[in-house]
Amino acid sequence: MSVEAFFLQVLSGLATGGIYASLALAVVMIYKATHQVNFAQGEMAMFSTYIAWQLIQWGIPYWGAFLLTIAVSFVGGVVIERTVIRPFEAREAVLAVVTVFIGLFLILNSMAGWTWEYTLKSFPSPFPKQAYLGGYLSGHQLGLFGVVLATLALVYVFFRFTPLGLAMRAAAESPESSRLVGIRVSWMLALGWGLAAALGAVAGMMVAPLVFLEPNMMGFVLIYAFAGALLGGIDNPWGAVIGGFAMGVLENIMGVYVVGTELKLTIALVIIVGVLVVRPSGIFGRRVVTRV
Amino acid sequence: MKVLGLLAVIAVATVMPFVLGDYRTFQLTLVMVYAIALLGLNILTGFNGQFSLGHGAFYAIGSYTAAILMAHYNVPYWATLPAAALVCLAAGFLFGLPALRLEGLFLALATLSLAVAMPSILKYRGIGDLTGGVQGLVLFKPEAPFGLPLNQDQWLYFFTLAVTIVMFVLAWNLLRGRVGRAIVAIRDQPIAARAMGINTALYKSLTFGVSALYAGVAGALGAIAIQFVAPDSFQIGLSFAFLIGAVIGGIYSIAGAIFGAFFVLFVPHLSEGISRAAPQAIFGTFLIVFMFVMPVGIAGFLRLASAWARRRIHGNSPVRGGAT
Amino acid sequence: MTSRQKWLNGLAAAVAMALALGPAQAQKKYGPGASDTEIKIGNVNPYSGPASAYGSIGKGIDAYFKMVNDQGGINGRKVTFITLDDAYSPPRTVEQVRRLVEQEQVLLVFQSLGTPGNTAIQKYMQARKVPQLFVATGATKWNDPKGNPWTMGWQPNYQSEARAYAAYVLKNHPNAKIGVLYQNDDYGKDYLKGFKDGLGGKASMIVSEVTYEVTDPTVDSQIVTLKGSGADVFFNITTPKFAAQAIRKSHEIGWKPVHLLNNVSSSIDNVLKPAGLEASKGIISSLYLKEAGDPQWHGDADYKEWLAWMKKYNPSASPSDAFYVYAYAVSATMHQVLKQAGNELTRENIMRQAANLKNVKVPMLLPGITINTSPSDFAPIEAVQPARFDGTRYVPFGGVLGQ
Repeated sequence: MSVEAFFLQVLSGLATGGIYASLALAVVMIYKATHQVNFAQGEMAMFSTYIAWQLIQWGIPYWGAFLLTIAVSFVGGVVIERTVIRPFEAREAVLAVVTVFIGLFLILNSMAGWTWEYTLKSFPSPFPKQAYLGGYLSGHQLGLFGVVLATLALVYVFFRFTPLGLAMRAAAESPESSRLVGIRVSWMLALGWGLAAALGAVAGMMVAPLVFLEPNMMGFVLIYAFAGALLGGIDNPWGAVIGGFAMGVLENIMGVYVVGTELKLTIALVIIVGVLVVRPSGIFGRRVVTRV
Repeated sequence: MKVLGLLAVIAVATVMPFVLGDYRTFQLTLVMVYAIALLGLNILTGFNGQFSLGHGAFYAIGSYTAAILMAHYNVPYWATLPAAALVCLAAGFLFGLPALRLEGLFLALATLSLAVAMPSILKYRGIGDLTGGVQGLVLFKPEAPFGLPLNQDQWLYFFTLAVTIVMFVLAWNLLRGRVGRAIVAIRDQPIAARAMGINTALYKSLTFGVSALYAGVAGALGAIAIQFVAPDSFQIGLSFAFLIGAVIGGIYSIAGAIFGAFFVLFVPHLSEGISRAAPQAIFGTFLIVFMFVMPVGIAGFLRLASAWARRRIHGNSPVRGGAT
Repeated sequence: MTSRQKWLNGLAAAVAMALALGPAQAQKKYGPGASDTEIKIGNVNPYSGPASAYGSIGKGIDAYFKMVNDQGGINGRKVTFITLDDAYSPPRTVEQVRRLVEQEQVLLVFQSLGTPGNTAIQKYMQARKVPQLFVATGATKWNDPKGNPWTMGWQPNYQSEARAYAAYVLKNHPNAKIGVLYQNDDYGKDYLKGFKDGLGGKASMIVSEVTYEVTDPTVDSQIVTLKGSGADVFFNITTPKFAAQAIRKSHEIGWKPVHLLNNVSSSIDNVLKPAGLEASKGIISSLYLKEAGDPQWHGDADYKEWLAWMKKYNPSASPSDAFYVYAYAVSATMHQVLKQAGNELTRENIMRQAANLKNVKVPMLLPGITINTSPSDFAPIEAVQPARFDGTRYVPFGGVLGQ
């Protein structure tokens, strides 16, 4: 295989990786804020995108719909956390929480299908149409990279440098101690959910122009996003983004040169299990040691 | 008292195929198949605290083991069950080893990925000759042996009933002995358990293996009952259905597996009646509502209810009525 | 014998003969699910799960028979259409079909969807002698009257469509390098087989064969590979979402092969519009139904009839959903079979009539395409019309193939 072909596959992998990275950011947000991984994250993102689509259909201009959707998604995330997640947080009932996630997944997926049917919908892109690099990177894909990096910067700065971000991290890591210093732990969790939902909405609206909007749009993307987030470090925003891009490239290269295109999901599986077993904190995450 | 109740249930179960038609007999056979799989899940997640969103994958392995043996090697149907059991025991144990290092949600994620990737693994070209690839394998339903006057559905029902009883008795035996206590101890106080000398790593991996074994046996029976296996039979929805059934039936009890199996098989019909458009939404709502109202599942609820009833009957004295 | 007795004998004989030869109206035979007032037909469709998009077909069929009942039914009988969800999972398909046959006692099962599900129930249907009619898949194996006399397909099968494309390439581009993208399942492989069979000894013209899974987010990587192989003819075997992606990506990277698009994804509204009408110019596909989004049919009587039906019976559905055209046409075929069966509504007669369709024209079929079956030919529609998309509509060329 020629060098040029290899390079083109890497490029194409980066483009797909952008999709994973954008959803991985939402996954990381939820994890940092609640130490949970939300299996319904993809469906929430998809549902938000449909809301945006509907607003645009009703005549609201793109950026207005974009911002409105983010706001609505934020509120939605907070509401979900307050109503269906909160009762189980205290008891650390993993089983209950996962069951609720799956319930949410099923509800959001089928409500989207019922409301908007299963035919493909085009979602507009705010970026210029022209393509770069001989057409291998479209204007939108570059725009996606930009949005991912911008969001990444925002998330990083939020958690590292703002008091609120610090409070959220504290609430997730040591709820008891945080309460002692006056942090409203349960509202921190709700806030985390709201922010994650907002990030998911951004991811969905960036991804839909590339893959076309339909209810099953995010279903499998979520697995790849998880793999990427774990690979880079699930508590580390820029680790997760790098992980997402790496996932896209890896899947492409392995698919074309090594195992064939049939086993891309298996590659994700191997990465997820492998990372969790060998180095759960991922490449860039912090290692946590539990003392007995 | 309990033993009488159980015998009554078995007696009723034995009579069912002659009272109901073939279709209902077939459905009840599937209920038993799912009950075995759910029992495996209960052992792993309820009693041992290890999460699995991937039991559909082990069920699939069991189904395919049975199907390949029957279709390519003419192995008689009853012999495929031990084979499927062994294969899945090994597979479960092997998966359980790396799973030792995973907790809670991360184990859930790992098992979820396994279940999601399973159809594409089954479709893989490399093993296509064996698995029939995307087209799957068509099987033959067994006839009743020794010329018994039973049709195929009835014979399969009784065969499955016998296997189910055996599997449940084995589980009950396992769980009430030393092993069972160790398993539960690992769930509740893992560090203390290890400090007391229990080899948690070994127990946890073995429990994973046993749980997968149950799913595998169920899968083999399922393949025989449906007479067909294909990658599309084992989508992620199956693993979701298992988890849902286990939780709603009552994941901390053996009886819960049976309630859960009824739920998994019959509730989709119910939600179909309510709304053609969104059966999954109804299912998801049931899930969330149950978590609020009845987190110990139907079996747990019944146990609490019967304890409450017993207390009312025998009076509220803490001495009378004894421990529950 | 007196002459009066002779006369009475003669009269008795004449009356007996008249009764025997009289109109079939006088003889009614009913199988399960049929009566003087009702015909029960069953169906399974994926209304939930990964293939839920196809649920529109079931809804369309239901709406068609509502219309038929409103117009008086078939030979004075109302059609009861019972459709159940199988979530595209073969174990559920088996369970639901058994319910239809054993509990609901339907006369026949119609338009069950998907190759895996239909494979799972096929043996059962033969054993119980229940018609498995007009299955909703293009797999070639349903045309097997000797081995599976109770099963019949409907749409042109994938292999014959692919052979038509192969013939086109051999005739018009004999020195081409062909690249193929196909979905890694029975549907994709069936098309590929037909294509290779059609190329025969020239199958080496295929320089690149790439697959994708329905779980992949995009097929962009595959398109890049295909361009890199130097192919100048592209056989695109993908379902709508991936077809749209493939068309758009090819356009973006400046790859302009002769683009052969499989019929499954030929819809203007569902595929070409999202992909970009400019990008879709020149695409060749094989059609057998009128495109709802194609303006050239908008003046036709059967299109107007279809549109009126959509407005009245499917008001919330999108008129660009190609499944509703498909549902209308296949239901009309079922209608024809039931009508032909007259008062002999047994399962055997249903199969006999299904195998006895001669030059039947149902609404929304392209001009020149008719339905034909016989006891040795269980492929109702075999003809396709090649057509090239010019940016607005599909322009037919070359005449109907395979009729």
